Amino acid sequence: MMVALIVLPVILTAAVTIAAMLYVASPLVRESELPRASSADGLARRLELVEERDRALAALKELEFDHRTGKVSDRDYREQVGPLRRRAAETLRALEPAAKPDRPAGSRRATPSRAKVRS
Amino acid sequence: MAFFGQAVLLLVLGLLGYATVAGSYAAVRGRRRLLSSAVNAFVSAFACTVLAAGTLVLAFVRNDFALSYVANHSSRQLPLAYTLAALWSGQEGSLLLWLLVLTGVGAAALLLNRRLVIDVLPWTAPILGGIGAYFAFIPNAVASPFATQTAPPNGLGMNASLQNPYMMIHPPLLYLGYVGLTVPFAFAMAALASRRVDERWVVASRRWTLFSWTFLGVAILLGAKWAYESIGWGGYYAWDPVENAALMPWLAATAFLHSVMVQEKKKMLRVWNVVLIALTFSLTLFGTFLTRSGVINSIHSFSQSSIGGWFLAFIAVVAAGSAFLIISRLSILRTSTRLESLASREAAFLYNNLLLVAFALTMLWGAAFPLLSQALRGVSISIGPPYYNFFLRIFGLPLLLLMGIGPLLAWRRASLRSLARAVSWPLLFALLVGAMLVRAGAGSSLPGLVAYTFSAFAIAAVLVEFVRGTRARKELGDTTWAGAFTSLVSRNRRRYGGYVSHAAVVLLAIGVVGSSVYNSGRTAHLQPGQAMSVGGYSATYLGTKLTRSASHDALRGQFELSYRGKSMGIVEAGKNHYKVEQFFANAVGIHTDWLRAEDVMLIGDQFDKDGSVFLKIAVNPLIDLIWIAGLVFLIGSVVAMWPDAREKRQLARRALEIDGRRPVVA
Repeated sequence: MMVALIVLPVILTAAVTIAAMLYVASPLVRESELPRASSADGLARRLELVEERDRALAALKELEFDHRTGKVSDRDYREQVGPLRRRAAETLRALEPAAKPDRPAGSRRATPSRAKVRS
Repeated sequence: MAFFGQAVLLLVLGLLGYATVAGSYAAVRGRRRLLSSAVNAFVSAFACTVLAAGTLVLAFVRNDFALSYVANHSSRQLPLAYTLAALWSGQEGSLLLWLLVLTGVGAAALLLNRRLVIDVLPWTAPILGGIGAYFAFIPNAVASPFATQTAPPNGLGMNASLQNPYMMIHPPLLYLGYVGLTVPFAFAMAALASRRVDERWVVASRRWTLFSWTFLGVAILLGAKWAYESIGWGGYYAWDPVENAALMPWLAATAFLHSVMVQEKKKMLRVWNVVLIALTFSLTLFGTFLTRSGVINSIHSFSQSSIGGWFLAFIAVVAAGSAFLIISRLSILRTSTRLESLASREAAFLYNNLLLVAFALTMLWGAAFPLLSQALRGVSISIGPPYYNFFLRIFGLPLLLLMGIGPLLAWRRASLRSLARAVSWPLLFALLVGAMLVRAGAGSSLPGLVAYTFSAFAIAAVLVEFVRGTRARKELGDTTWAGAFTSLVSRNRRRYGGYVSHAAVVLLAIGVVGSSVYNSGRTAHLQPGQAMSVGGYSATYLGTKLTRSASHDALRGQFELSYRGKSMGIVEAGKNHYKVEQFFANAVGIHTDWLRAEDVMLIGDQFDKDGSVFLKIAVNPLIDLIWIAGLVFLIGSVVAMWPDAREKRQLARRALEIDGRRPVVA
């Protein structure tokens, strides 16, 4: 009984330690050393543009919805929609050179002026 | 048992140390596999902490008084439920629970965001590992829960104030909120260290902040309810430094949850947001220091201990490290986007941020000043409720008003005309409510009247937003009103979940004002058969009864309660005598009068041998709105936290557009 009381915790501790070490070491032997995603500066710049485009499109949707709910007056809407569309178009143009050339024209993302703006 | 617990705890320290060192090396050298191994080390540390905590709970269940911690916080007479919760009833066990929650939420954050952590924010794992290693060092080297002694025949028992059902839920939830705020901090600092300040860390941080903020908010309210029902002083929040310690990071996190929206929508406030995250995390550490070090005299704090210095050193390291990272990355954080108008949604968020942070810092000063005074001048100073109540009015009332105005403002800018149109209905409603309240006699307290008027404005603004939004969705093609409403909420869960949370804060404000400004009460010495009256209620003292159980004797005074002559039943109030602990605790009697929306609280302050009692009666109007606010707050948070399929799709599309890979934010 005394032996079990002393030995059992030691065995348990050893088992837990070994299991933890195996789990910790497993990626070192099993996984491949793949290059990191988005590591290049060019990709970071592209990500910034994509975020900017999404931000501009979301702002357009928001403006449309606020206009519909009466939060934005007709005059404010007319004043704001132009610059927002221009901003979205600029980011789309900036992203354009990196677009795949073999895409059929019809499948390309619509510019904000043609996009169906819904909230 | 002690050997296994201590050994596993040591293993936790080793694993977290490895996660820190190997993770840092991997982040610097770009070693993906080593980073993955560091993540696994953190996850293993969580599994081992579960084993350590389980071992301690088992020791409690088995009454293993050879462990000093078990002997000091339990006894053979303690009911099983409290025995299980005894894990967090003292200093050492609380620190172990802290470590358990930290490794748990940290492991969940690393696993759920594995690709983000490995590919984009490699510093997340070592930062979490470093914080974890510190919290593993304390129970290993400074305050071990597995210290042993010669086993006494019985333990000293549990602090009687803790023998309450809220004890089983309040501390774990509080820790989930408190410790959970480590995750957004780690993401933010990792983004700075990795020079990846795009939107991905924001999305991950925002989710974990919302998670922690919800638990912290619910835990604060549960703590207030515990105090209200158990302590027996008639209130629920005493501006105690330890209570404030939980409220300060909650306020800072609230500010972050608002300002982060400005960053996502407008790419503004990027420096401010990382400062807020660092401030929030530092406030949680400061709160921990207040509670654990014993430097303040509070009903919540633990006895004087040696860990205060360790915490101060850690706070200094975190503050200096955060400041260095933020300053060194200013050039990549700054953007050219400017505020277009002072009357816009983002401007309202900015004002709300300033008020929330100012209130949090005022509270910080209220907690820190007595400590500084004692340390530097040797003069003991106490800052009490008048200080906090003053600043609650100064900052709280404008916040209530802003909660109404903000949702009605459009992003970018609002013309005076559209602003006037947007606020017209809520303003009309608020003025009407204000006039009715003056007529009803509520004008006796100007702050109370202003708070109610602003609350009416804010709640009307929320309703108007729901109504206008639903109408707009219906116009856009939803066939039914219910469908339009569902579509409205599901398309922007964060916004409408946030509005529900606003409604919760309004309910809270109404409850707080009602119960603190318009309350009444008195104390009287009664013999059996005598009665006393307060605010139309009358309590007739019928006599006492004594009930004995293994852990305590319960003495209850029985009072027949009536309102304007109409009986409302028997209410019992008395005291419990905990035998092992040799401690008397109040057992208050509360009658909730739903018709008049108020509580009648009976507190048996003193029972004399001649059968007489010193009875205190408090009538607290609208106090139950505070607890209802907790439920509404939880609903709003769940709506806001619910996974957003649109956001997931957007992140997936972005990842594909950037490098043709799967998204790095789950």
